[in-house]
Amino acid sequence: MTLSLSRVAKTFAGGTKALLPTDLTIAPGEILSLLGPSGCGKTTLLRIIAGLEQPDPGARVLFDGEEVTALPVERRRIGMVFQSYALFPNMSVRANIGYGLKMQGLARADIDARVDEVTALCQLQPYASRAVTALSGGQRQRVALARAIAPRPRVLLLDEPLSALDAALRGQLRDELALLLRSFGITAIFVTHDQDEAMAIADRVAVMRAGQVAQIGTPETLYRNPTSGFVARFVGGAMPLRGRVTGDHLHLPGGALRLRPGAAGQQVFVRAEDIRLDPEGPLAARVEAVTFLGTHYRLALSGAAPDLLTALHAGHSAPRPGEAVRLSIAPDALLSLPAEDHA
Amino acid sequence: MRHPTRLIPLAVTLLACAFLLVPIVQSVLAGLTVNYFRGLSSGLTLKWVGEVWGLYASSILLSIWLALACLAVTLVLGVPAAYALARRPGRAARVLEEFISLPLAVPGLALALALLQLYGSYSGFRTSWAFILVGHVLYTLPFMVRSVLAVLAAIDLKTLEEGAATLGAGPARRFVDIVVPNALPGILAGALTVVTLSIGEFNLTWMLHTPYLKTLPVGLADSYASMRLEIASAYTLVFFVMIVPLLVAMQWASARAQRILS
Ligand SMILES: Nc1ncnc2c1ncn2[C@@H]1O[C@H](COP(=O)(O)OP(=O)(O)OP(=O)(O)O)[C@@H](O)[C@H]1O
Ligand SMILES: [Mg+2]
Repeated sequence: MTLSLSRVAKTFAGGTKALLPTDLTIAPGEILSLLGPSGCGKTTLLRIIAGLEQPDPGARVLFDGEEVTALPVERRRIGMVFQSYALFPNMSVRANIGYGLKMQGLARADIDARVDEVTALCQLQPYASRAVTALSGGQRQRVALARAIAPRPRVLLLDEPLSALDAALRGQLRDELALLLRSFGITAIFVTHDQDEAMAIADRVAVMRAGQVAQIGTPETLYRNPTSGFVARFVGGAMPLRGRVTGDHLHLPGGALRLRPGAAGQQVFVRAEDIRLDPEGPLAARVEAVTFLGTHYRLALSGAAPDLLTALHAGHSAPRPGEAVRLSIAPDALLSLPAEDHA
Repeated sequence: MRHPTRLIPLAVTLLACAFLLVPIVQSVLAGLTVNYFRGLSSGLTLKWVGEVWGLYASSILLSIWLALACLAVTLVLGVPAAYALARRPGRAARVLEEFISLPLAVPGLALALALLQLYGSYSGFRTSWAFILVGHVLYTLPFMVRSVLAVLAAIDLKTLEEGAATLGAGPARRFVDIVVPNALPGILAGALTVVTLSIGEFNLTWMLHTPYLKTLPVGLADSYASMRLEIASAYTLVFFVMIVPLLVAMQWASARAQRILS
């Protein structure tokens, strides 16, 4: 299903502008992720698409060209996975999964067949007859997903479905969820504030900030060609290099770096993995802290730029805290972006 | 090692129990002895219980009928009211909540007086059992609302309902499929409270009753005033047999609802 939003905005009763007018189109079968810091309006946007929240006048929500803006949630044929799962405690796992099918008025035998199918797909057979209160967090998450997809919704909406799980389980379920969503082949929107989750699951990511979509694109585009400092920082954790730009050089406290042409008046960013330890490098820095991460070391460096820089260093040994080192950064790895209004 | 002073609390407890139980046991025994003034040696009999049934069967049946009718009305009014209050977070809803509880603070006699002033002149209504029912509903409704509201407030009702709505359930289906089943422990505790209170209610009922409409407790007062002691005592026994199981069930149901809340 093609989902399109036009001028969708939301002002809450207290005057909070949770969402500024937003346009968005999602292609059939596409998985879009809404990524952004807490309070930027991700849940609000998702709830407006679901029909759980009414947008400000002038907004239009279209499902395959059909206007659904005024349609109540129960008639939109959507599927939703809530952050808290919202499983019905008065029903078994099977009854939860079959509830949407029952609401569609399907025959008993058809419901049973479909519930069996979805239960198998989500690997829930061993728990099918249990009470939902007797499940682990990961199992609940899968029941919530199975319940949402069983009635074959036109679009699947997921609000931070992994955030209620502990870190280890989250990583494992992230990949499982990505596989499952691909196998359903339905249009899905996935809210998260974790960039790894967005990258792993989505075809396209919409980075949101203060009620607006800051940039939308494939994970690669967002990572390689961010259009703003905010996106560069939020996706891949780019660090600002505050200095003076003259011609094609950036002058920093630790030395001068060569830039690609056309960086005048712009702010320069660099990612931790692009900073190299290089005895011949143009930047002088001091090692403040070293953390061993197994495959590489993480170094905290001072003196090169006004702020502390983080560098990832692969190798079998690392300098010690207090040592002086020299750094180099390839001109291609420096991101020149429009200066941010606030830093 | 047990020190003698440790036994004092035990002794006090036993004394208190005896203080409560001895009159009850004595009364029950009085209703079962052939002649109370000659004591147990005159033998045991069920004759008095039979006479109570003969004299007051209509009171007993009226009380049961009233309790069931009262239960039906408080369910139909109280559960939706509690649901409406639970779904509205605003100040107005909290004020209304206190307002519903107002009859609890007003003595039954005052409530009855108000009803008499308001409806006393509609003689058809005044002399029907429905008049007593109105009094009982006023008195018991707050208990039903409070009990259901407490359970509903403890679950994330809004999200559960939103979940059901995304699966295609309209408002009526959500109420039947989600709200009522999850409120069930509160409804059960409320229902038992309503039935127990309705069967045992005296103050208000005594003001509202007519000679042809006596409830169980009003009949009890009547038997104390006008019958021989053995019959009045047998009546007490009948009253206990009806009310004690209800009280026990009520305790059990409230404990169960409490477990959900914690
Ligand atoms: N019912 C409401 N009434 C008033 N303000 C609200 C309401 N719901 C959300 N807001 C406000 O709208 C803004 C956006 O909220 P939203 O829940 O969409 O954020 P979010 O991006 O989902 O954040 P998080 O990652 O923390 O879940 C916030 O400032 C929030 O305080
Ligand atoms: Mg949210």
